[in-house]
Amino acid sequence: MLQPATTSAATTLEIASVLGIGAVAIFVGVMGLLVAALIRRRGQPANAALWVAGGGIAFPIVVLSALLAYSTARGLQLQRPSAEALIIEVSGVQWWWEVRYRDPLTGREIRSANEVRLPVGRAVTLGLTSADVIHSFWVPALGGKVDMVPGRVNQLGVEVAQPGVYRGVCAEFCGDQHAKMALHVVAVAPDEFDRWLTAQAAPAVAPGSSAAENGQRLFTELRCNACHSVRGITNGPRNAPDLTHVASRLYIGAGELPTQRDAFARWIADIQHIKPGARMPAYGHLDQESLMALAAFLDGLK
Amino acid sequence: MTQHASPDLQNSLPSSLPRPAGELAELERAWKPASGWRFFSRVNNTQIGVLYIATALIFFVLAGVLALIMRTQLAVPDNTLVSPQLYNQLFTMHGTVMMFLFAIPVVEAIAVYMLPNMLGARDMPFPRLGAYAYWAYAFGGTAFFMTIFFGVAPDGGWFMYPPLTSHYSAGLGADWYLLGIGFIEISAIAGAIELIIGVLFTRAPGMALGKMPIFAWAMLITALMIVFAFPAVIAGTTLLELERSLDWPFFIAERGGDPILWQHLFWFFGHPEVYIIFLPAAGLVTMMITTLARTPLVGYRAIVLALLATGFFGFAVWAHHMLTAGLGMLEMMLISAASFAVSVPAAIQIFSWLATLWQGRLRITGAALFLLGFFFIFVLGGLTGVMVAVLPFNWQVHDTYFIVAHLHYVLIGGMVFPVFAALYHWTPLLNGHVLSERLARWIFGLMFLGFNVAFFPMHISGLLGMPRRVYTYSAGLGLDGLNLVSTIGAFMLAAGVALFVFDALRTWFRAETENSNPWQASTLEWAGNEEYGVRSIPEIDSRDPLWTRASMVKEIEAGQHWLPGTTSGRRETLMTSPRAARPRHLLILTGDSWWPITAAAGTAGFFLLLTVKMVLPAFVCGVIAMVAIVVWLWETDPTPRTATVNAADNRPRLRVGGVGVQTHSWWAMVILVIVDATICASFAFAHVHVSLMSDVCPPSGSRLPSLWFDLVSIAGWIVAALAMEAARRWEIGRDSTLSRVGLCAVIAAALLSSLLAFAFNAWGHLDAGLEPKANAWSATIMTLVSFQGLHVIVVALMAAYLVGRLISGRLRPNARATLDNTVLFWQYTAVQGVLTIAAIQMLPRLIG
Repeated sequence: MLQPATTSAATTLEIASVLGIGAVAIFVGVMGLLVAALIRRRGQPANAALWVAGGGIAFPIVVLSALLAYSTARGLQLQRPSAEALIIEVSGVQWWWEVRYRDPLTGREIRSANEVRLPVGRAVTLGLTSADVIHSFWVPALGGKVDMVPGRVNQLGVEVAQPGVYRGVCAEFCGDQHAKMALHVVAVAPDEFDRWLTAQAAPAVAPGSSAAENGQRLFTELRCNACHSVRGITNGPRNAPDLTHVASRLYIGAGELPTQRDAFARWIADIQHIKPGARMPAYGHLDQESLMALAAFLDGLK
Repeated sequence: MTQHASPDLQNSLPSSLPRPAGELAELERAWKPASGWRFFSRVNNTQIGVLYIATALIFFVLAGVLALIMRTQLAVPDNTLVSPQLYNQLFTMHGTVMMFLFAIPVVEAIAVYMLPNMLGARDMPFPRLGAYAYWAYAFGGTAFFMTIFFGVAPDGGWFMYPPLTSHYSAGLGADWYLLGIGFIEISAIAGAIELIIGVLFTRAPGMALGKMPIFAWAMLITALMIVFAFPAVIAGTTLLELERSLDWPFFIAERGGDPILWQHLFWFFGHPEVYIIFLPAAGLVTMMITTLARTPLVGYRAIVLALLATGFFGFAVWAHHMLTAGLGMLEMMLISAASFAVSVPAAIQIFSWLATLWQGRLRITGAALFLLGFFFIFVLGGLTGVMVAVLPFNWQVHDTYFIVAHLHYVLIGGMVFPVFAALYHWTPLLNGHVLSERLARWIFGLMFLGFNVAFFPMHISGLLGMPRRVYTYSAGLGLDGLNLVSTIGAFMLAAGVALFVFDALRTWFRAETENSNPWQASTLEWAGNEEYGVRSIPEIDSRDPLWTRASMVKEIEAGQHWLPGTTSGRRETLMTSPRAARPRHLLILTGDSWWPITAAAGTAGFFLLLTVKMVLPAFVCGVIAMVAIVVWLWETDPTPRTATVNAADNRPRLRVGGVGVQTHSWWAMVILVIVDATICASFAFAHVHVSLMSDVCPPSGSRLPSLWFDLVSIAGWIVAALAMEAARRWEIGRDSTLSRVGLCAVIAAALLSSLLAFAFNAWGHLDAGLEPKANAWSATIMTLVSFQGLHVIVVALMAAYLVGRLISGRLRPNARATLDNTVLFWQYTAVQGVLTIAAIQMLPRLIG
């Protein structure tokens, strides 16, 4: 939140600074009165009206009214969800994020996971919900958090001012691996975004090596496709992240490991040590060759 | 402000000297606590209060140890000391034990121990109820804490949000929480009843409301808050347990429920809860400041108004815990403004305290150090609270470590530090000794510095993006150093507490010595003895009786005030009028008894065995509890042996026991009915909430009962209420069999009418095909119907009990509390029946 990438976040940071300075000033003042009261020699009785009505009633009412006026005025300037915005849907799932775009050409749904890419300088509305328990979508650089409640769609309006990669976390306790449910928002130039979306709409890239072909075969044999979709090979299951273009994402495992071939192998073999309790079983019994084949296959899904 | 002595006190003291021989010995014999193994049958507030405080402090230390384990896990990033599953149990138990087994009990316990003495009363108005409340808490709390050792502790957070805690939490953890805190709920409500009745009706003569110690005001308002806040969590936890065990879908969106419904119910309790924790501490602070600054309080009336305002407006701001859940913008702005407003009463108190310190000169004792620590920490926490009330800022810092910092600043600053100050200040009441002033400086230093080192960095880690309730965090996010510092601070704080425990144990177990009022305090708790309070109940005429009347303590000890002995050979105190505290009648209090602890064990067994689904043993325990309660009740409402007694030589004779609305038990029943009505209102709120959320009401597949059933039902309840009115107006005391049979017939008629009313209502719902599992609308209706059914069972039992009293000749014109209280509850049941039936029928028609 200290490095805002949207006007909403920048406004909030300004409000936070005002609040912080005000709080410190009042704190120092009250502590000063306390010290003065302690060292004062006994004198005349205290003027109850001055202390109580002045300090206890008038002073806070004046300050709080000013604060209310200021914060309401600035707060109304925060980004609001708008009907003309680009809509991206995000669902919280224990313990990852399903992200859904619409293909502008065909209107079909494009499913991805754990990374939200959006165009700089354009209004975006995130439609937030949950597939299971209550989660909360929070990318501090973009603005405040919004809870993801099953049965409801809450909306968050975002307009990113500059390109960059922004980390977010789940901010509502959602079970065993709440601590390791991170995501990344990648803001890119609008034309780059359009190209990216077109690529995402396409089915999976064909395997480019014999190892990767092996990996694709193993993907089905080992029943990875019972949970994971790879469009063009297995299109259906939704209870795990969609892997069609997994290698185009910056991280795997909900922000856990930077995407690279070795990371895939590690994740598949050892997930229950990295993220104990995650819904995917560990495949530690697999031999090294099979693991590397699967890793090659997944790393090719750009 | 000059304080005039009352004309009575000017002319003559209530009792003349010399006192009769043997009078003091008689008094001491009546109040002598049971010894040896009979220790467990003690009921006097002094003995129960000490146990209560000690138990609460033990839970404080235990929950603190859980926090130390958590902080050790968080000291370094990516730590593997503690598994995620265990960590989630640790933070859930830390929060739950601190809030339910320490924070509320410790302030109630201090009130149980000290408030009667401050008021000049000798005990709480219902001693056995207080004992029952304590033992239920002790048994239930201990069993609940043990769950962590068996790995079955709840792990959904102390706030237990569904759906995580309903269909996504297999295992018993959540059930332990839901049924486990049932005890605390009972304990708290029993305590609230005692406090309200005690503060309003058992004050020393002349202690008008405007002369009460501020702690009495604080506890009165706190108790009223408990009455209106706890029912919401009772209702919420009931609904969650029904969803878990019977699959009634209150919080399941796909079947018409709403997870946000839980949040409304929980936080409607949860926010007043923190004021329930803070107001008593604020009351204690006021009393200590005036004593240690050696000056009367500046702004007494302002503080009373501030306490009232906090208590009232504290109920308006619950939704500021839900500002990211998707509420409407207008609602959120109102909540934000209300949250600002509720800080004004806090400011009034702070400036009154500052003015009092300014006017006087604070003597630096161990207690004073903790009061200064309170000022620093609580004001800082209050200011971050105002920050968090600003919507955009809230949306960033909600559910981060910034809030962890805020809540610990206000709770540890606002309650723990005042409680430690109170332990230092009032230890002489326990056995005449004082805690070590030298060690106090070390303990305070460790605790104050340790606290700030632990919790201040959390403001920063929250702003840097660290969310709450995480078992670990990644390296390289800037959080490493801050967390390590916090952990070091936590251990410093723990060291301070450990040093305090050492000093406390060696001081509190020393042999009794004379209490010399070492701080020269002004209020009545310093004028009593360690066992039952004052030798004679003083007539007072000022807020600081021991300051304005130099001879007060001597007079009290010499037996020159009210009740210097015992008129009946039993334990006694005075019932006085609520506003001016004019003596009304003599209240005979019960002595030590085995029934409260037995009933508590039975209640504990019932809830705990039900949690592990051992249904038959659970019901056996329930029966034991009920038998114990009935036997205990049988001894109440006794026929006075004489109509009046001489409670003070130079004052008019005092009636023994009250009649009708003057009895303390009637008012207790009034409060119980208010609690009951608030529970019903909470269930009704759930029904309205899910009704408004569905597209059509009733939802497709469900329908309302046919109107005829409900009209017959309403008629039945009206007849029942009228029959009980006739019973209330019956002329008791005519010793004719015909009269007794007539009254029995009236009661039987009321019971029959009630049973028919309920039966028709239930039949109507069955006829309409009510299936609670189908959707939330049906589930909430079934809940309301079941709640009414529970009331029908209770009135049936009450009817049987009442007839028993009548037949055995225990119902008399001057011993008719049983009848009056039963009529009150029964008529409330009838009203509840009519209103819930009407509401269920009318709501879909109003929504349209």
